[in-house]
Amino acid sequence: MIRRALALLLLATSTPAAAQTFAIVNGIVARGDGGEPVQGGTVVVRNGRIVAAGSGVAVPPGAQIIDAAGKWVTPGIVAGFSRLGLADVDLGTSAEEGGGGATDTAGSADDTSQTGPFSAAIDVVPAINPLHTTIAVNRADGVTRALVAPGSSKSIFGGQGAVIDTGADMDPVTAARRFQFVELGEAGAGIAGGSRASAHLLFRNALREAAELARFAHPIAVKGERSDDVLLTRFDAAALVPVLRGRQYLLVHVERASDILQVLALKREFSSLKLVLVGASEGWTVADRIAKAGVPVIASAVNDLPASFEQLAATQSNVGRMRAAGVKVSIGMIDDSDTRNLFLERQYAGNLVALTKIPGATGVSWGEALAMITSRPAQAIGMGGEIGSLAPGRRADIVIWSGDPLEGSSAAEQVFIDGVRQPLDTHQTRLRDRYRYLPRRDLPEAYRH
Amino acid sequence: MHRLTAIAAASLALGACAGMEAKPKPAAAIHINDDPYPSTYERYPGVVTVIRHATVFDGDGHRIDNGTLVLGDGKIEAVGGPDLASPTGAVEIDGTGKWVTPGIIDVHSHLGDYPSPGTPSLSDGNEATSPVRPEVWAEHSVWPQDPGFSRALINGGITTLQILPGSANLFGGRSVVVKNVAARTTQGMKFPGAPYGLKMACGENPKRVYGSKGNMPQTRMGNIALARATWIKAQAYKRKWDKYYKNGGDMPERDLAMDTLKGVLDGKILVHNHCYRADEMALMIDMSHEFGYKIATFEHAVEAYKIADLLAREGICSSMWADWYGFKMESYDAIKENIPFVHNSGACAIVHSDDPNGIQRLNQEAAKAMADGRRVGINISDEVAWEWLSRNPAKALGILDKTGTLTAGKMADVVLWNGNPYSDYTRPERVWIDGAEMYDANDPKRRPVSDFELGQPGEGDTK
Repeated sequence: MIRRALALLLLATSTPAAAQTFAIVNGIVARGDGGEPVQGGTVVVRNGRIVAAGSGVAVPPGAQIIDAAGKWVTPGIVAGFSRLGLADVDLGTSAEEGGGGATDTAGSADDTSQTGPFSAAIDVVPAINPLHTTIAVNRADGVTRALVAPGSSKSIFGGQGAVIDTGADMDPVTAARRFQFVELGEAGAGIAGGSRASAHLLFRNALREAAELARFAHPIAVKGERSDDVLLTRFDAAALVPVLRGRQYLLVHVERASDILQVLALKREFSSLKLVLVGASEGWTVADRIAKAGVPVIASAVNDLPASFEQLAATQSNVGRMRAAGVKVSIGMIDDSDTRNLFLERQYAGNLVALTKIPGATGVSWGEALAMITSRPAQAIGMGGEIGSLAPGRRADIVIWSGDPLEGSSAAEQVFIDGVRQPLDTHQTRLRDRYRYLPRRDLPEAYRH
Repeated sequence: MHRLTAIAAASLALGACAGMEAKPKPAAAIHINDDPYPSTYERYPGVVTVIRHATVFDGDGHRIDNGTLVLGDGKIEAVGGPDLASPTGAVEIDGTGKWVTPGIIDVHSHLGDYPSPGTPSLSDGNEATSPVRPEVWAEHSVWPQDPGFSRALINGGITTLQILPGSANLFGGRSVVVKNVAARTTQGMKFPGAPYGLKMACGENPKRVYGSKGNMPQTRMGNIALARATWIKAQAYKRKWDKYYKNGGDMPERDLAMDTLKGVLDGKILVHNHCYRADEMALMIDMSHEFGYKIATFEHAVEAYKIADLLAREGICSSMWADWYGFKMESYDAIKENIPFVHNSGACAIVHSDDPNGIQRLNQEAAKAMADGRRVGINISDEVAWEWLSRNPAKALGILDKTGTLTAGKMADVVLWNGNPYSDYTRPERVWIDGAEMYDANDPKRRPVSDFELGQPGEGDTK
């Protein structure tokens, strides 16, 4: 395993090296900014950053040329909401499977911290393992970055999420502690003791405790300066200071229309909050108010079942209708195999395009659908200038696809992260190659490697 | 009438007294009603309809460009090319740029027994009170108002589905096969004449659910031992009843659990065996040989590719996902080429959902699997791959003589797609079940809205 990992790392540092200049030519290029793809496009990369992308882009002399004739070229997929890298095998046992037993993960899952003493202070970074098979599987399918949120904790605050890349190296973190994650819908009510009212009180109290510590230059180090009636540990309260000050994004998971409005109302009380709604299955019913508040939404793309009483209005048109009302929408995998199946986002995005042909439904254009799984989630947390598109200056996360990336039948053929070409073999491809032919040979299958 | 019967009985009794030494003739066996909750499904009226100029996948591996399909009185009347004549008075539909296929059949659904909303009060799929519960029947749990049925119809083109008990138990209970036609009762959805299935499970789930309570099974060997012990009881039960049915006499005591297992041993109930790992599937196959029953499908069959040759030899279908992986240890070795590898070995491959969302896009799951196969040199054509979605599931459910392919005389279970159904950009445009149009994307009234959704936000939305 270790030898294999090292081999991957070595492969990753082979051509083209990050410092090189290279150009991907002749491809069908989509920049991920909402525009439609252009034929015969060029993408130029220097020092791991995009120099230019589109039609009529000159290839600098001396640039290494990668011919993408007949291929599609896009930014790498940015998983808008995930738990990628936090679990290898998570055993999120469903009721169908008999339920129970979320502990049988052989120590490979770090996605929830329900019995630990901390909440808001939790930082996912120490839990991320770039060698998890889940990272490789998603990398091989063109997912290059992910917003990684902690799962629920003993409190409504899950903790601080990061932005990671899926590169085959040991440095996965792009932005640590980029956002705080909080549950204020049905899940939050459950954690808070059984009611949304309690969850909102917990939230306000937490920010009160943060405000108390915010007076100090070093909120954690200061001694004896807290009220007697605190609920949070000092670590947790201090972790909310940047949220209170608007220096850290606050991702709030809510689904129900009334819950969404309650979250928007928090801005009146805490004006500095940089809110992002996560989930928002009923968002379309209050889309004008979300748009007016200017709060971005990371939504589930195709959830259309009244899976709970907070999702009675769920429809696949949710994303399209919010978008049409002017909401800044992107796509995430909220509680949807969020540790593993981020590669499904491009299929879901394609399904939103399909809705444009259905009377009564609201879909999105192809270019917008691609943006919702590339630049839009990056923009939602203020990183649109860094990742998620092929605009000049962005990190060179590029995928060359066998065909239209919004078709699940297309595959990622070449993946670059920060301009570094990535290995695409995985546990799965190795098994595939081992068992491609079954007739008995001179030695057992275990010798095919 | 009554008097006559009484006299006859009296004379019989006298006759018996007269021949003292002759043994009394045992009473003739009374056959137990094996269909006490019968289907009350009745097809809805349709009109004779002709779809022309469409690309047709008949589900039997054939493709007809510029094809014509004639839907008659509940049945498919004819399939052919542009020259096919229309019956007089038929409604003509221009299928230019569109595709026609058999309705998709999902062999693995929990709609109704794990419905939406997923509240504990509606979760009725696992009788997890004993690992051996063949006496429970999924149809006694299914809530016909599950809004998921409508999504499966209008987004997924699902016309028939099998609803299974969950996999907490080694013997989970009987399945029910239903037509995806909304009804007030589950019997009103039951597919007429479809055999029952028995859900079995091997591997992690039974041993986790019961082992964690300190009960057997706690291990995989415990799984096997308990299943074998149960089959031994079932064999004894069958011997007792076979003897009774042959010779008559005193009726043996009935046992609902054993009734189901006897049905399997009699070949009347089909085994759908939840099993992920290759080594465990091989064990289940040996068990079926040991006790003389046949496994119809392995459900999930994540490692089917490792023993595809064995599965082909045994004639067992594998119900699979395109790309689910890693959600538990026994799914760790999933590969994206599982479905094409199984198909390529000559075994029966099925795309299944086990999921109220996945059931809405099984066509797209097949598309991914087909493409993954092609990339490693397994060139399965679009029309052949449709067998994974309708023909093979129908075969596994024992209803291939009735549906699953566009064959004259079969049930007119048909989807008209607004484009190539292997594209993420395509959706069902119209769906017929038994010739009755149950969905039309252009007619907001021709779509089901469950009781649960009436008066709720989004009622009747396109979803």
